[in-house]
Amino acid sequence: MKKLALFVCALLLLPGVLFAQGQAAFDQKADAKNDPRKDPKKDVQMMVLEERVRALEAEVNSLKGALKSVMALVKGPQAGNGRMVLASTPAAPPAASPPEETSSAAAGPPGPVPQGGAQLPNYGGSVSAAKALNPDISVIGDFLGAIGSQRTQTAGLGSTQTPVPALEMHETEVGLQEVIDPYARADVFISFGESGVNVEEAYLTFTSLPGGFVARVGKMRADFGKVNTIHNHALPWTDRPMVTNNLVGGEDGIDDAGLSITRILPAPKGIFLEGTAQVFRGDSENLFSAARRQDVSYVAHLRGYRDLNESNNIDIGFSYARGHSAPTEGMSDVLFNSHTNLYGLDATYRWKPLRRSIYHSFLARAEFVWNHRDQLSTLALPEIQKAFGFYTSAEYRVNRRWTIGGRYDRSDRARDASLTDSGFSALITYWPSEFSQIRGQYRFARYAPELGLLNRNANELRFQFLFVMGAHGAHPF
Amino acid sequence: MKRKTLPVRIFAMAVAAAFFFAAAGPRPSRAASKLSVITATTDLAALAQEVGGDRIDVESIARGYQDPHYVEAKPSFLLKLRKADLLIVVGLQLEIGWLPPLITQCGNPKIQGPGAPGYLDASQFAQIMEIPTQQVTRAMGDVHPLGNPHYWLDPENGRRVARGIMEKLSQMQPENAAYFKQRFESFDQRLKEASARWDAAMKPYRGRKVITYHRSWPNLAERFGLDVVNYVEPRAGIPPSPAHTVELIQQMKRDNVKVILVEPYFDLKTPQSVAQQTGAQVVVLMPSVGGEKEITDYFKLFDYDVNLLVKAFSAVR
Repeated sequence: MKKLALFVCALLLLPGVLFAQGQAAFDQKADAKNDPRKDPKKDVQMMVLEERVRALEAEVNSLKGALKSVMALVKGPQAGNGRMVLASTPAAPPAASPPEETSSAAAGPPGPVPQGGAQLPNYGGSVSAAKALNPDISVIGDFLGAIGSQRTQTAGLGSTQTPVPALEMHETEVGLQEVIDPYARADVFISFGESGVNVEEAYLTFTSLPGGFVARVGKMRADFGKVNTIHNHALPWTDRPMVTNNLVGGEDGIDDAGLSITRILPAPKGIFLEGTAQVFRGDSENLFSAARRQDVSYVAHLRGYRDLNESNNIDIGFSYARGHSAPTEGMSDVLFNSHTNLYGLDATYRWKPLRRSIYHSFLARAEFVWNHRDQLSTLALPEIQKAFGFYTSAEYRVNRRWTIGGRYDRSDRARDASLTDSGFSALITYWPSEFSQIRGQYRFARYAPELGLLNRNANELRFQFLFVMGAHGAHPF
Repeated sequence: MKRKTLPVRIFAMAVAAAFFFAAAGPRPSRAASKLSVITATTDLAALAQEVGGDRIDVESIARGYQDPHYVEAKPSFLLKLRKADLLIVVGLQLEIGWLPPLITQCGNPKIQGPGAPGYLDASQFAQIMEIPTQQVTRAMGDVHPLGNPHYWLDPENGRRVARGIMEKLSQMQPENAAYFKQRFESFDQRLKEASARWDAAMKPYRGRKVITYHRSWPNLAERFGLDVVNYVEPRAGIPPSPAHTVELIQQMKRDNVKVILVEPYFDLKTPQSVAQQTGAQVVVLMPSVGGEKEITDYFKLFDYDVNLLVKAFSAVR
């Protein structure tokens, strides 16, 4: 019964469409007739004609708009009648002609001679009706493989570096992004990994606050340094630096539910200065943990940026984070009112010549982190472990498809600063297109001497395949 | 308890003070009558300048010799966007890789995407080509599913966009509407004269076959009756491949194609080697105002390109 009703509806609307199409074609013909062809003289009559052509152009436009809405109405019921409309199918304007044949009947003198009098020019791009109000959806797959020696996990001493199996579908991230209303937009990233599903980020951004403020609410990667804000697939490496693993909460870093507020601060001309303040619940892997409501964590970030010229720029940031220390395994220091203070400094230099930006670029980056942790010593006495770690990395784009890079790592362990890991990596990345990436990384690590660790050195060869489908995301900067 | 809350309080107060200071700090004061217009590309800036004259300040984010698909989202652009009254974009996903994050981060409510009072998508005024009529997949390369965004390379589209900008500016500043209208009419008139000149210069070469590097020139080709028979890129946004290059050389020899058009931001190695083997000419055509120092406005862009094309076509048979 419902189907029948829909069918009748469609039938009733059809003449309207046909009429509109006929009308459009008629107008088009009128246009063609009025097109003054190539006339060397520009006289008054021509001006009048041109005005008329313009008026007709506007009319055709409005008719086309009407046609579109009518077609949308017609399409709806048809879809119900078993006609699939693929999400990716672009809804081309119904009367759209093959582009080569598009005549420019509305062109002024001496415009190209219209070929097919009944063709409509396309004004404005097509609008993907299938997308309508759905969010932009993207899926990013991250496949990792590794050969060579690895170390067993010793999270107890403050390192969360998890060993990588031989082959692993490390993460499949689904991104959903859309404007919510005139005041806000939302971004949701859900990652499906070996250990289950994780809401990596899900936040609302208020973009229209007075005073130039931008606020965020939700679960998000904290604005601590650079690498903490970057998703796995956007990293220039297959892994995260040792300093992240040892001092800033492991692979996920500081990624927590909270509130954030950012504003561009007044600064001398040519300098970009931005301040961010964030409050989180206080749970971040083995870095912060909130046993009580008041154990929230705070992050503050100050970023300075300056263009040296159009191809070179520097970017410097200071970060601070404070939260309730996560307990060490087997220790009951939840009861002990302990805090961890993190101080960070990051510096980035970029070079990208604008005329050859897709072929060559260079980026050098360093991040330094100081982790001051209140904890109970092995003798159950309060102590502050002051751990320090950093990485320096560089990458050079050799040509459109190849990039080479390297990284040096060194970091103490948060819970025992006398233990220091170090290592370096060499990287090569290949991009078949903008939407896939193949990367190899040779990684040498020299781990701190620990009880039971037979071989301190680890040589690994890692490789990674990344693919992106769906909405075209922003290029990382 | 006291020990716990003190640092928290200090932190909160420091942050609040910082923001308060920032909010109360010197605000860029601007004469109310002068609109600040930021455009995505130099061509839109040139068109806005034609219409807006001295009643607006115009600045473009991308430079004319830069690939508009791959502009970096530098924070320094946020400083410009933050103060903008009007943002004019090319649209059709040309800026999708870099403009959306800038808009989100700039904290300027006026330009927050379509629907905001200070956001103008210029593609709505233009005649768009290559709108896909079948399903689009990325097997076709980095295609633009909404149509080819390089539409400003037809003077008629320049005129339409300029009229659109005039209407927008008049709506934002009704007191200057007459001024904008008069400026547009003057632009319109000059464009008409210049178009006649360009068409006359290009007339002998209508129907000539050309190869282009990227699909940047459909509007220009349509306008001057050039026949784009193939591309140096095997697919949009995919770098040249040996197999495709061999095919290209064969086709050029077979069809007697003697001109290869290249945008200033692409590597000339492949086009030049193809040209060498086919006796063709490589022409670095400028897709945007500011691509070369002397191209300071919309008219000079076509003067420059038409001049190069005429030279190239008259040199080859």
